[in-house]
Amino acid sequence: MGAREEILARVRSATADVTTESRLDATSRRSEGRVPAGRRNPSEETVELFAENVADYEATVVRVPADAVAEAIVEQLRSLGRRSVVTPSGLDAGWVDALRGEFEVVAETDATSAQALDVIDAVVTAAAVGIATTGTIVLDHAPDQGRRALTLVPDTHVCVIREDQIEHDVPESVTRLHAEAAHARPLTWISGPSATSDIELQRVEGVHGPRTLVVVIAGA
Amino acid sequence: MVTPPVQQTSPTFVGMPAFPEAAQRELANTQQRQNLHRATHTIRAKRAAVVGEVADWEAIRVAGAAAKDEALHHLGDYLEQLEQSLTARGATVHWARDAAEANRIVVDVARAKGVDEVVKVKSMATQEIELNEALEAAGIHAWETDLAELIVQLFGDLPSHILVPAIHRNRTEIRDVFLREMGNVGRPAPADLTDEPARLAEAARLHLREKFLRARVAVSGANFAIADTGTLVVVESEGNGRMCLTLPETLISVVGIEKVLPTWDDLGPMLQLLPRSSTGERMNPYTTMWTGVHEGDGPQEVHVVLLDNGRSHVLADSVGRQALRCIRCSACLNVCPVYERTGGHAYGSVYPGPIGAVLNPQLRGTTSEVDASLPYASSLCGACFDACPVRINIPELLVELRGTVAEQGGHRAESAAMKAAAWVLSDPRRLAVAQRGATTAGKLIGKRTITRVPGLGAWTDARNVPTPPKETFRQWWARERDTSGGEAGPRGRADGIPKPGDGTDAGGEA
Ligand code: SF4
Repeated sequence: MGAREEILARVRSATADVTTESRLDATSRRSEGRVPAGRRNPSEETVELFAENVADYEATVVRVPADAVAEAIVEQLRSLGRRSVVTPSGLDAGWVDALRGEFEVVAETDATSAQALDVIDAVVTAAAVGIATTGTIVLDHAPDQGRRALTLVPDTHVCVIREDQIEHDVPESVTRLHAEAAHARPLTWISGPSATSDIELQRVEGVHGPRTLVVVIAGA
Repeated sequence: MVTPPVQQTSPTFVGMPAFPEAAQRELANTQQRQNLHRATHTIRAKRAAVVGEVADWEAIRVAGAAAKDEALHHLGDYLEQLEQSLTARGATVHWARDAAEANRIVVDVARAKGVDEVVKVKSMATQEIELNEALEAAGIHAWETDLAELIVQLFGDLPSHILVPAIHRNRTEIRDVFLREMGNVGRPAPADLTDEPARLAEAARLHLREKFLRARVAVSGANFAIADTGTLVVVESEGNGRMCLTLPETLISVVGIEKVLPTWDDLGPMLQLLPRSSTGERMNPYTTMWTGVHEGDGPQEVHVVLLDNGRSHVLADSVGRQALRCIRCSACLNVCPVYERTGGHAYGSVYPGPIGAVLNPQLRGTTSEVDASLPYASSLCGACFDACPVRINIPELLVELRGTVAEQGGHRAESAAMKAAAWVLSDPRRLAVAQRGATTAGKLIGKRTITRVPGLGAWTDARNVPTPPKETFRQWWARERDTSGGEAGPRGRADGIPKPGDGTDAGGEA
């Protein structure tokens, strides 16, 4: 018997005493393709909580109206002293134009290797979902966020999230991601900059991921 | 019905002494005890704070346990579904009955790629099967990329010598080894390196980045494998996981068959339970989810090795199978009065602490000294059950296993003796006296050396200190009992584990 057949046989005999029905058929794909109920804007409390919890991870958080996003991105990168920035193919054209005025802008398609990304200071992306209770940003790496390496190799990540992308808690975020078939793409959940406490229990912000995380919350 | 086979004890842990003697040895190590005390108490407080924020924590625990039970009770169906989902998304699925088979699969894939090195995200499953040793034997170097693991490797504590100190390294020692060794295996540390943790982390970042950028094959585990979508999930802190899961061309993930979750929505409870229970954070810094091969993004060749290695044996026990719900958060370790004092190594496995005391004898059977004694490595105080995010009733399982050991007859002396120890440890007042003593002793020692946060990391504490077997539990017990009358009081308390007869306020029960 091959390994597959043998393991399955072992597992089946080990669970021979189980009498309950599997919910396999009933529940599979239960939320996929289902339009999430009421894509309403989150309450002000939820947005505030999100901002607070993101800031709690030592990330920089700024809230601006939608038409001031480009300006906010430029200002943040300027104050951090960054010179070069890579932009995902689907990033808002207005933001890219604003960046061009002041920074060396590299298109995603021109930075195809990790080595090429390694010499770029920063990346600017949109986001898929925000989670207020945990201060988490979820990227689904759609064209306005770029492939995964983009938000991993450069040392500064400026991430723009719209208020209507912010969910209150984890379960509704999980459901929303499935409803949007996000698993067809890879997902990266980001809660603050990377961190370690491996040296004498002292928390150090930033090991391998971007050490500086700026979250721009775009209002209406 | 044929009972599925147990797991073979991996070479590193063959011949481990029984828990009490290994524990005694560890107790003599006051520095480690101090580190562990500080680490477990820090993380315990953080965990309590973030769990307290969640109003319906108990309901989430119940949902988490139910999701795992659903998967385990119908594991055959869900494994087949997982395989189907993965295959449909371009992944290659392999099945491994035991450690040797899993190692062979990984080595073969790496060989086929013609590489002489792989980068690794720390994973319990690959530690369990001692994959690094198998890769080394095949001439393939496995670079651990977790900061603590890097430190261990640079100290020359190669994975083939698992039981070697890492937690004892303080910042100055780490700086010195970075300066001395990094250049020999890759990018050297900056010459002006100081012992500031931030500078040390920076040095590690630069050193490992070179490896991430050139690596062609990565090996990982997975925290969850979702049957209905074929998605694998890795939860981490440092970003080394993202590097490994994103940059190389080929990714091999070794996944225990108990990691299956039925549906995507089951991530809802799990991603609330795991980070809060593990590192005491609302959410860990990074979580990566991937579903087979994503065109133009990340590894274009994705392998998944589904590993049994004794798990189906555990599954066959209708009560014991709840231990397979474990999501390796280590909350039970951090609240355990026994673990806090002995450290992880005394458990003789990569799975330490209360869950290790259950899982090791379940996976490997109760025939070896260490596995037969592990069910007694507990005061049955119940703190582990309260802390466990998936409601594994560890005390109940320990009692069951004690019955098994007693029935097989070989360890009657141990069971009688440990009953007495359990009696001392299970009385909160007696334990409190012992704990006060241990805490005072710890404070006097001061805080000089390094420790690491348990949580995602506590699992590696099992490899901290070498413990050569010296005597059997019977000898240890006889010796300790003989001397308990006169001096055991103060010494017993300083050691943290009260000796029998040390019950200063003991009533008449025995
Ligand atoms: S048994 Fe321990 S490590 Fe496993 S889930 Fe429960 S508390 Fe966490």
